[in-house]
Amino acid sequence: MNTILYIVQKEFKQIFRNKGMLPIIFILPLLQLLILSNAATFEIKNIKFSYIDNDKSSNSRLLIEKFDASTYFNVISNFSSIKEAKAAMSKGEVEVILEIPINFERQLSNHKDTDLSITINAIDGAAAGVQSVYINQIVQTFNKNITISLSTPTENKSSTKIIESIPSFWYNITLNYKTFMVPGILVLLVSMITLFLSGMNIVREKEIGTLEQMNVTPIKKSQFIIGKLFPFWIIGFVLLTIGLVISKIIFNTPMVGSLWLIYFYTAIYLLVILGMGLFISNFTDTQQQAMFIAWFFIVIFILMSGLFTPIESMPYWAQILTEFNPIKYFVEIMRMVMLKGSNFVDIIPLLIKTLFYAVIMNGLAVWSYKKTN
Amino acid sequence: MSIIIKNINKSFNQVIAVNDVSFEVKKGELFGLIGPDGAGKTTIFRILTTLLFADKGFAKVAGFDVIKDYKKIRSNVGYMPGRFSLYQDLTVEENLTFFATIFGTTIEENYDLIKDIYIQIEPFKNRRAGKLSGGMKQKLALSCALIHKPKVLFLDEPTTGVDPVSRKEFWEMLKRLQQKGITILVSTPYMDEAALCDRIALIQNGKILQIDDPKEIVKHFPTTIYDIKANNIYKLLLALKEYKHSYSVYPFGEFVHYTDKRDAFDTKELFQFLKDKGLNNIIIQPTETTIEDTFMELAK
Repeated sequence: MNTILYIVQKEFKQIFRNKGMLPIIFILPLLQLLILSNAATFEIKNIKFSYIDNDKSSNSRLLIEKFDASTYFNVISNFSSIKEAKAAMSKGEVEVILEIPINFERQLSNHKDTDLSITINAIDGAAAGVQSVYINQIVQTFNKNITISLSTPTENKSSTKIIESIPSFWYNITLNYKTFMVPGILVLLVSMITLFLSGMNIVREKEIGTLEQMNVTPIKKSQFIIGKLFPFWIIGFVLLTIGLVISKIIFNTPMVGSLWLIYFYTAIYLLVILGMGLFISNFTDTQQQAMFIAWFFIVIFILMSGLFTPIESMPYWAQILTEFNPIKYFVEIMRMVMLKGSNFVDIIPLLIKTLFYAVIMNGLAVWSYKKTN
Repeated sequence: MSIIIKNINKSFNQVIAVNDVSFEVKKGELFGLIGPDGAGKTTIFRILTTLLFADKGFAKVAGFDVIKDYKKIRSNVGYMPGRFSLYQDLTVEENLTFFATIFGTTIEENYDLIKDIYIQIEPFKNRRAGKLSGGMKQKLALSCALIHKPKVLFLDEPTTGVDPVSRKEFWEMLKRLQQKGITILVSTPYMDEAALCDRIALIQNGKILQIDDPKEIVKHFPTTIYDIKANNIYKLLLALKEYKHSYSVYPFGEFVHYTDKRDAFDTKELFQFLKDKGLNNIIIQPTETTIEDTFMELAK
């Protein structure tokens, strides 16, 4: 016990003496939280919008005004022909082209169908999808209003049977993206920093030769591993705490559930990450190698965590792969507990999976750690 | 016997690092492993300190088998690897306390053993180990290897890269430790240090060439060696190699060491030969055999 404490103490001394490492551990993650949470939004504003009005009627102008009034669209220009508009699109001057056909107003007043042509720059597929949704919303509102205003009072009852769905977004009423991004990004930093640090830590001793000196001492494998990894377990908690404080103060993220539950889960989750770090350092000889491998895993874990792209939209095989992603579990738990207020019983299935993962990962890591070769 | 090695073999991917090595080190002996870089010295150290398994053979350190009782060996030996391997970001005192704690002891408990050495670096005890000079690093590493009062001390090239004064001091420290009953196995590529050991093993390409007292090893040398000097060393070397009776010729400091095939050898004849080759200021004189000469002869 004494030995472990002494290794922990030594480890902390080394961490705090490493002037290059301290800011990396504590300042960079917080900058990341501040920047990413504000930047990683799915909202698109100021879309460069252009139109070709072949009808030049009051209704077509009304439609264009709707776009102009929206904060999402910036009406850049109108073109007289589709050719001009296409040229502007290829130069990147506009992103959306709306073409209103001749006889737009007449077709509408005759209760006939009419079409609008919309061209969207889909180089960024995700953005194009979002833009399409915005356009549809505006056109639909316009459509509804126009149907009412064009119909005579007598037909009113019969012709306006429109089914409207009004969604209500539970746990995040205003669909504020920060509310669900901040807990996720917090998970990222806690995982990233602890994995990198623990992965590089034992390799570092290998690199500077101290591991060899340690290996000829009677110190037990378990004492050494626990002593080496415990400080990073603590650092994980410190990061989580600072992150939670920032999300409360700066982003005012709701924290409906119990914070103790989050800490409890983090305690187990960090074991998975530390085991992974130890495993990586057992199979590498330099910090550089360890860093590359850790990066490789972190990138896959982040992209498949459901943080930036919903897991539901992934192909089936990828969804199965995400079952092996600890970050996915943590993101889910954070959102469940912070936004929905899930309690201990709700998270039991995820907790068991994480615990299982921790046992396997640490088992592998300890098994592959050798004092002799 | 403090160290027993029998028929140890070790290869790394077909490269034979240690080839059928056997030797024994008595209790309290200062034993030297002498050989050039890549001779297999470090591999032998790593096998004896339980860091590496031998492919074949058997070894015992302080009465314990290196494979079965490796745990006991670890608390009974001190190992100082060739490369400085203490925590550079901890201070002198912290390093020493750290190793003392790991071995379940304190600095005070074994202070008498390290006193002579530690006293020299004590003024710098709050300095980080990474900021020490080469000689001081050496002393700190030795203190750390001694802090748990080991029965056997392994020193792998402790003086490589250390200045001549510190090297001399270091060997004096080893002599004093030996008097305290510690068995010391030391390796070095420097032949002049070999003479300071009780017994030495000359090793090359993983094979032991000879084991003996340094004075005895020199006596085994078959003939007399001559120091030869002339105004042009390179020409001299070529000329001597051409000489029909020459047995071995190699440069040695400012002289060339020369041995002759014949037992009775007339220096005047050689003198004349060299003069005919156009060399001037020729000196030919018999000299004492050194360990390096023996090594060169054995390694031939």
